[in-house]
Amino acid sequence: MKRKILIGISFLFFIWMLVCPLIEVLYRSLKDGLAVYLKAVTAPNTLSALRVTLIAVVFAVAVNTFFGICAAWLLTKFEFRGKHVLATLIDLPFSVSPVIAGLSYIMTFGRMGWAAPLVKWVNEALGTDIALVFSVPGVVLATIFVTFPFVSRELIPVMNMQGSGEEEAAAMLGAGGFTIFRRVTLPNIRFALLYGMILCGARAFGEFGAVYAVSRARGRTFTLPLEIDALYMAGSADSITQAFAVSSLLVLAALAMLVLKHIVLRKSPAGNKK
Amino acid sequence: MGKKHVIPGFGMTLGTTVSFLCLLILIPLASILARSFQMSAQEFMALITRPNVAQAFRTSIGCSLIAALINTGFGFILAWTLVKYEFPGKALMDGMIELPLAMPTAVAGITLTKLYSDQGMFGKALGRLGIKVSYTRLGIIVAMVFVGIPFVVRSVQPVLEKLSPCYEEAAAMLGASKLYIVRRVLLPELLPALLTGFGLALSRGIGEYGSVIYISGNSAKEGTQVVSYVIMQKLNAGNVDYEGAAAIALVLLLVSFFMLLVINLLQRFTSQRTKF
Repeated sequence: MKRKILIGISFLFFIWMLVCPLIEVLYRSLKDGLAVYLKAVTAPNTLSALRVTLIAVVFAVAVNTFFGICAAWLLTKFEFRGKHVLATLIDLPFSVSPVIAGLSYIMTFGRMGWAAPLVKWVNEALGTDIALVFSVPGVVLATIFVTFPFVSRELIPVMNMQGSGEEEAAAMLGAGGFTIFRRVTLPNIRFALLYGMILCGARAFGEFGAVYAVSRARGRTFTLPLEIDALYMAGSADSITQAFAVSSLLVLAALAMLVLKHIVLRKSPAGNKK
Repeated sequence: MGKKHVIPGFGMTLGTTVSFLCLLILIPLASILARSFQMSAQEFMALITRPNVAQAFRTSIGCSLIAALINTGFGFILAWTLVKYEFPGKALMDGMIELPLAMPTAVAGITLTKLYSDQGMFGKALGRLGIKVSYTRLGIIVAMVFVGIPFVVRSVQPVLEKLSPCYEEAAAMLGASKLYIVRRVLLPELLPALLTGFGLALSRGIGEYGSVIYISGNSAKEGTQVVSYVIMQKLNAGNVDYEGAAAIALVLLLVSFFMLLVINLLQRFTSQRTKF
């Protein structure tokens, strides 16, 4: 009896909160037919936004994977003073509003920011014209900020559990740092690493608040979520349908990420870890 | 330090970690601090106690607290169901719990708005009962429940999996009532995990932007502006107010750190009590 009630409540909540919104996106995106849908997802602004989104995702995953491995190595293989503070600081972006992430880059690199002369000086020295806010690099930076802890957070518990016995043995036998990582550590953590990268990518795809703060030019620096916002805010019935059509792309990407995650977890030895 | 490490890479990983952390996270955040210190104390106080700002804080904190509580309840039930029972559709349910993390917040925002608007699937039915969700604070809560649910489920689930049923059985054999078992055997074990989930859902809710701004309607008069929205407004071309944005952002940061601290302390207290 209790069992039936609990499963029932779970199903109701699940359908109400998760399944219905999913169906709603797909229904609204196809409401006016396939031709409208295809036109919306191949509009020049959408394609430009897709390009910027992919750039941001690739950079965010690459940077945070490199950082995550370094941070996890540092925090699980060595004992040093200030370790706990460092671990807390790495998780900081989780408790910071994405709007604040965007704002912090404007305050630093924006026209009024204190690092603006520095950016200008570098640009003059190199003869380049790189802007770190209201530009594609700015979008990339903001995306990196909000996805910063994703990889390290997945790696640290797994590497802690594994201990450092194998690495110590390898070091004693004369292996270098990179060899140890590649031949000893990586095979043990590859599923956690992949899992972290998937989570990082999924968040990077959909980031809105942080990117919204540092991106102004539709068709040039807009990502897909910003393009959706612009279409939705235009307010006409047509543009709202277009907004949902573009949304459906991101929803499909999200579902693909979930399936990928499921496969990774299935294959990993600690199968039901999560 | 002095002692040489057996495993190589200490210098390289320490250097990379600290410099990435400083360049990408700490220095930018410190810029907000520096900018808001350029204001005098009176200016600062006058700005953050302005009626619309104070109201935004009340809305953000209040709604995220309610949403986190709802999530803790339903999250516990979902985690319990997923761990203890076998039923058709379980794998799908388990896999879909993270949908709110994978689904872009803007998409979630416009979808929930349409679902709960007068014309929407839920909005129409609720409208007949006289309940309005879209463009009210209730809508903000719905959006925060949506984005927060995975945090609670994923915090409680692993603990529940590890918890051996032998304690419940032993308690039942000794004649404890069901309620007593839940209260004295299960809850103490699960409380730290529930608090973690509650804290994560709460801090996500307080700073939430994308999923909230469409369904909230952002009306100052009806108190449906959240703090993130007020900050973003100050960045909009036309009436840029960086000082104001920095000051409000600083207070928001302090509020979320304070809440995390309280939850951490509570957690330490509850986990100490159950340690042998």
